Amino acid sequence: MVNTGDVSSNPGKTSTLIYKYMRPEHLPHIWCPGCGNGIIMRDVVQAIENLGLSRNKTVIVSGIGCSSRAAGYLDFNTIHTTHGRAIAFATGIKLANPELEVIVLAGDGDISAIGGNHLIHAARRNIGITVVVFNNEIYGMTGGQYSPTTPRGDYGTTAPYGNFDRSFDIAGLAYGAGASYAARGSAYHVQQTISLIQEGIRHQGFSIIDVASVCPTYYGRKNKKGSAVDMMRWQKENSVTQEQANRMTPEELRGKLIIGLLHQVQYPEYTYEYEKLINRLAKEREDNE
Amino acid sequence: MGKTVLMQGNEACVEGALAAGMRLYAGYPITPSTEIAELSALRLPQEGGKFIQMEDEIASIACAIGASVAGVKSMTATSGPGFSLKQENIGYACLAEIPLVIVDVQRTGPSTGMPTSPAQGDVMMARWGTHGDHPIIVLCPSSVKETYDLTVRSFNLSEKYRTPVILLMDEIIGHLREGMELPDPEELEIIDRPTVRFPEPKRLPYHMKKGQTVPAMAPFGCGQRYNITGLIHDETGFPTNSHEEAEKLMYRLMHKISDNYDDIVRSEERNTEDADTLIVCYGGTMRAATEAMERAREKGMKVGIFRPITIWPFPERELKKLSGKVKKILVAEHNYGQIVLEVERIVKNDCKVDFIGKVNGTVITPDELVKKLEEAE
Amino acid sequence: MSKTELRLTGSGGQGVILATVILAEAAVLAGKYTAQSQSYGPEARGGSCKAEVLISEEPIAFTKVQNPTLLMALTQKSLEQYTKKLPDSCRILMDDSLVLPENIDRSRVTALPILRTAKEEIKKAMTANIIAVGAINSILHLVPDDVLRSAVMMHVPKGTEALNAKALECGLNLLERQQETKEGAEREDS
Repeated sequence: MVNTGDVSSNPGKTSTLIYKYMRPEHLPHIWCPGCGNGIIMRDVVQAIENLGLSRNKTVIVSGIGCSSRAAGYLDFNTIHTTHGRAIAFATGIKLANPELEVIVLAGDGDISAIGGNHLIHAARRNIGITVVVFNNEIYGMTGGQYSPTTPRGDYGTTAPYGNFDRSFDIAGLAYGAGASYAARGSAYHVQQTISLIQEGIRHQGFSIIDVASVCPTYYGRKNKKGSAVDMMRWQKENSVTQEQANRMTPEELRGKLIIGLLHQVQYPEYTYEYEKLINRLAKEREDNE
Repeated sequence: MGKTVLMQGNEACVEGALAAGMRLYAGYPITPSTEIAELSALRLPQEGGKFIQMEDEIASIACAIGASVAGVKSMTATSGPGFSLKQENIGYACLAEIPLVIVDVQRTGPSTGMPTSPAQGDVMMARWGTHGDHPIIVLCPSSVKETYDLTVRSFNLSEKYRTPVILLMDEIIGHLREGMELPDPEELEIIDRPTVRFPEPKRLPYHMKKGQTVPAMAPFGCGQRYNITGLIHDETGFPTNSHEEAEKLMYRLMHKISDNYDDIVRSEERNTEDADTLIVCYGGTMRAATEAMERAREKGMKVGIFRPITIWPFPERELKKLSGKVKKILVAEHNYGQIVLEVERIVKNDCKVDFIGKVNGTVITPDELVKKLEEAE
Repeated sequence: MSKTELRLTGSGGQGVILATVILAEAAVLAGKYTAQSQSYGPEARGGSCKAEVLISEEPIAFTKVQNPTLLMALTQKSLEQYTKKLPDSCRILMDDSLVLPENIDRSRVTALPILRTAKEEIKKAMTANIIAVGAINSILHLVPDDVLRSAVMMHVPKGTEALNAKALECGLNLLERQQETKEGAEREDS
């Protein structure tokens, strides 16, 4: 267990966040040593802390997979749903009670394979939920099968000869489908990622923050990427900002991670529009009476 | 009592749902249930509720479960192909004990089958469609008025027992229009789930206090923070690998339904007092059976009807009482023999069990039933 | 008359389903029992369409037509298809533009200019179903005409009330008008 230290004198420190926003009785988590998921979970909590969200009015929705276990560790209204369906559950929660801040935590397989349809349609509706993707480019929970974000040519237990599917750019997919906020972070870029998640939560509409995680146990080992530290160093050395990317050729961009805000537009939010409809019908009825 | 209005079965389902307190509907268009979505889209915002057309059937039930978690009574409706897709999350709602109503307006299958034609081929899927052992309540209406009443009852039972309830309609009733006395909503008994009103620190969300049928449910946002999962969990709501806890949970889930048989199970008997032949049927098939019974009686045959209204749990105690008194049971259903298996299990050697089924897109007619009854004389 | 069983047929888009709904509505308004249902193929427009309505003083158990009192056909295809297995007691109401199959006894047939009246007199082909509803009631006297007028008004789009009211009156008078014309013609002949 973590040494908690003096909570009150350590504002913003992880130990403080654990006692304020997590369920210490359910820690330690199930993730492997070196896994990036713990960092991303901490980023989410730090963003919530920075925004001062009410724990009682915040809902964490997850699907199935390694990252989805995060819901159980967080002391909010938490629901661990079925594989791929987190966004659909979240849509029902948000629509039923738009006052709630609804945050979906999901893995790359969960959100872009089995849940891909829910992702693009929630983006299209622009419903005001925030999706944080723990993108480790592999199915970890089931033991290292290639996922829709495994780079072409890389290995997984179901790609013993190398994967020749093309990989999804999840953030790009979401904003192509109509998401009004799309960003990319990484496990290494903690401060940037916290602020991207924070802005995603503040944004009125569908927000997605695709965060590159690291999976040393399966993806790393299968693809000879070295230790967790090596994988994090790779993130550090191969990340470029959107601005930098704009000045680079496709060849130069190959294998790079574009970090930062990728896309943001203001567009009417779904539940807000629905409330407007209800109010309009109520007014029409009053006027008729 | 209110006035008599012309209503379609699917419309009666929506009006019943609204009267029962449905304030969110999530669905996907599919024949022959689409009128339920269409009328919900029109009526819900008028009542301050919400309708959403989701991207698929799976998302529809997931969305309805999400709404229920946030404390809003919700419903989704579909037909065979969509009902297949919903099975995954029916299991979730059973295990996590989330109230909601799922309507299946049965059509001829399998697969895309005959979308606008009647059948009753989903009765076993309604019972066993989702994987794993689970409790389920399934109700089956045989008129437009009963569709209204049973929709209200579906919501009431789902709230009372914190479990998904399936309203198993068929195309015969879903697309039938007939006159119906519209009840005064004020006079309806409406049951709401036991709800946590005052959050308590360290409350165990799945702990049942003495005298409770189910643990009280806290709507997300009320201040009682807890965890919901589709994994086997203990009273804390968190996953467990303990065999004792797994057994305890499964026992409680199954017994909250089976121990309340008298409250949940309903059936109808017609002319059973002197009957030596009993037609067993349900849903839209009841209409042909009623006319067949009347005609057979005119010919001097002592025919009665036993109709399960709650189809799961099956009203086996009531059927068992009758099977010892009659010479023969004729099970009539629009499939190749599904409920007949349940009837045979219950009846055993009490009397002969015969079967008439039909799967060609048309309904069993009173003529066919009378002929079948005469053959056996 | 214990139970009237009507089968209305035509092609999708002609409004035969709505016609049965209106008759069912009228039955409810008149305090009778009714059951209305339909069957159709995948086509929203074109294709053949069959709708049924039963009207009775007693509660209705079986909801489909077994012994049709009247068959209405608005297309040649539906006329040929649905007259194949028809009990002798069943009356046939057909649009007078159709050709009656040879094996059908003319004495049970009423041919009325339903489609032409909609097109030429009402100048709206879509009102054929309302005209048909009126014609059926003038043949079978299912409900008082006033009740039928109310039922029609409950089921037509806003802004089309006057048009449909006119169509209904045409329908209610169609049979009488035809008989008058026939009698006139007979007088001239003699």
